[in-house]
Amino acid sequence: MKPKIAAQSGTFESSDVIFLIEPRPDNSGRKLEISSTVMQQFGDNFNRIVAEMLDQYDMTDVHLIAKDKGALEPTIKARLETAIKRSLGEQEGTLK
Amino acid sequence: MLYIPGNNPAMIQQGGVYGADSILLDLEDAVALNQKDAARSLVRNMINAIDFYDSEVCVRVNHLSTPFGLADLEAIVPLQPSAIRYPKTESGEEVAELLQIIEKIEDRHNLPHNKMTLHAMIETAMGVQNVFDIASKFDRVDAITIGGQDLTADMNIVYTPDGAGIDFARKRIVMAAKASHIDVIDTVFPDVNDEEGLRRETEYAKKIGFTGKAVINPRQIEIIHDIYTPTDEEIRKAYRIVKEFKINSAAGIGVFAIDAKMIDAPIVTRAEYILRLANVTVG
Repeated sequence: MKPKIAAQSGTFESSDVIFLIEPRPDNSGRKLEISSTVMQQFGDNFNRIVAEMLDQYDMTDVHLIAKDKGALEPTIKARLETAIKRSLGEQEGTLK
Repeated sequence: MLYIPGNNPAMIQQGGVYGADSILLDLEDAVALNQKDAARSLVRNMINAIDFYDSEVCVRVNHLSTPFGLADLEAIVPLQPSAIRYPKTESGEEVAELLQIIEKIEDRHNLPHNKMTLHAMIETAMGVQNVFDIASKFDRVDAITIGGQDLTADMNIVYTPDGAGIDFARKRIVMAAKASHIDVIDTVFPDVNDEEGLRRETEYAKKIGFTGKAVINPRQIEIIHDIYTPTDEEIRKAYRIVKEFKINSAAGIGVFAIDAKMIDAPIVTRAEYILRLANVTVG
């Protein structure tokens, strides 16, 4: 599965993270561009969360850009979940 | 009760450190219309992952008449925060309908119907008119609150620092809460730089019967606590009254005097309330 549309969520504020997701051509795999102000300390954890959530939503052909400003795990999960759902057009309860 | 915008992770993760009695994660007015889904997801992920210490956690959902209300309930009810705060409550029928939806969600998740409570916000003239129904008919409604800004807007009047326009509403809401034996929380004081104004308004709210006050900035918490926390003198006096009451009751005496002042049941009740607030027991 891949995103239907390009979508983003989150902010550049401290303790937040911004995700941008867009579709890639079929069978081209994932392209991840992750940067974080705390990459040295928590980069492995961030990468793990992203990989797990993309697996959970079966997102294979996806281009993901993340700019992290020290978000905690629940924030990372929430922002990525929102970006994925927006990219899939599942925005129930949200004005477009 | 400290309001925290539901789409602000930094404020949510720090919410428990300020010592508020309860925090309110807001999915309603504090969240932009095009960020409702993001806030809902953030609050859902944060609520059980963050330590809010001794603060109770409430979530203000959007009204069911909006495109967001049902989705909010579907996301938040399974997490069973201390309470759901429902905005612009206007009638008992509306509360009954809301509780039906909440209980259906709880049934689907095998959750009890008696754990999470409901706070009804009274923010319209119709809500003020029907407040006793709202406050008294449902076991799960354990607090009502007044929303001053929305109420003045609904009344087509301007909110003034003296609160004149909402004074009737305040007193009517307090009376409904007292008759129903539930808590009643005053509206926020919007000017965070006016500490004297906050103190004045909180003292008035306490005087007319509100049991607490909502705040929009952690700076306001200390003033609220200062006003609502019983003083050492009040606690000592209350302790003496309750202790003397127990001694006199055991001797079959219902009314007695301390320092030449008559002590009867209402005064004892008030003293017991102060000791409960101060977490003091009389041995």
